[in-house]
Amino acid sequence: MWFFYITGILLLISFLFDRSKTKRALIKAYQKFIFIAPPFLLMLIFVSVILFLFPQEKIIQYLNYGNRFFNVIVAALVGSITIIPGFVAFPLAGILRNSGVLYMVIASFTTTLMMVGILTFPIEVTYFGKKVTLIRNIISFVIALAVSLAIGIYFREIIL
Amino acid sequence: MKNMNEKKHKNNNIKFIYVFIVIVYFTYIIYSYIFGNSSGIEIGDYLISFLTYLIKILPCAFILIGLFEVWVSREKVEKHLGHAGGFKGYIWAIVLAGTIAGGLMVALPVSSALYHKGARLSVIFTFIGATAIVRIPMTLFEASFLGFEFTAIRWLVSIPLVIVSSIFLEKYMVKKTFSIK
Repeated sequence: MWFFYITGILLLISFLFDRSKTKRALIKAYQKFIFIAPPFLLMLIFVSVILFLFPQEKIIQYLNYGNRFFNVIVAALVGSITIIPGFVAFPLAGILRNSGVLYMVIASFTTTLMMVGILTFPIEVTYFGKKVTLIRNIISFVIALAVSLAIGIYFREIIL
Repeated sequence: MKNMNEKKHKNNNIKFIYVFIVIVYFTYIIYSYIFGNSSGIEIGDYLISFLTYLIKILPCAFILIGLFEVWVSREKVEKHLGHAGGFKGYIWAIVLAGTIAGGLMVALPVSSALYHKGARLSVIFTFIGATAIVRIPMTLFEASFLGFEFTAIRWLVSIPLVIVSSIFLEKYMVKKTFSIK
């Protein structure tokens, strides 16, 4: 809600200082939104289908399946292809922890969830193009695995 | 000339696939609501809940981007986030990323606006990467469910890697003709 108020206040200040500039800002905002609307709709469609295919119970099942390194990889893949808003994802992570899933597996899941976006691919491509989008997401995937490894070492889930 | 025609042809194909997916999807959802198909209704409900979440954020985000484009001068962006900014540019990118709401859907148009005002590529890639790492509401949430140490390690490992990889990605892309739309 604070986001809404800040926008309102800034818009009002802008309007008081310079009407024509404010009008230009609103036109730009509209144009930018229209530019991204089609891939955005596509992403929403993908997300709704993926959320249907991967409900929470299934995710818990998948992340508690085999040996720890296998689980880390599965978690990274599930995290990459799903989009779950933070307010759902972190309570879910809490549930995962309580049902005995390792910290490193949770780290792999939440980090890829936030950093790697297969479903947001169509949106990212419209701005960055295919090549950069692909490279950026692969790098993010590797970074997420590094985070998972570090967490595993810190919580003594990997004994060196 | 032939090349251009091929490209146009390809674009038309993509458009066709796009329209096809959208029509099939919404026909299925509407059919499901009318005839009580539970799978389709569940998918439709997910669509609506995600859409309402984003509708609360996106209009504000785009208005803020519009205001940024009109009020913030190119010189300012170049000075702090451009080549003149030095290492501080990355710090600014991370601080800015912390305040972003709505994730990538907002971060991408913001980075496009920054790019057109003269921010350098490595700073933009750092910003995009950081929005997935340091967003403040997300981080507080994470720390409360998984503990402070968990978040601290995640930050310590991922932030330096994001900065380093962004610098390399910039070096690589500068050689190509690359621009952000």
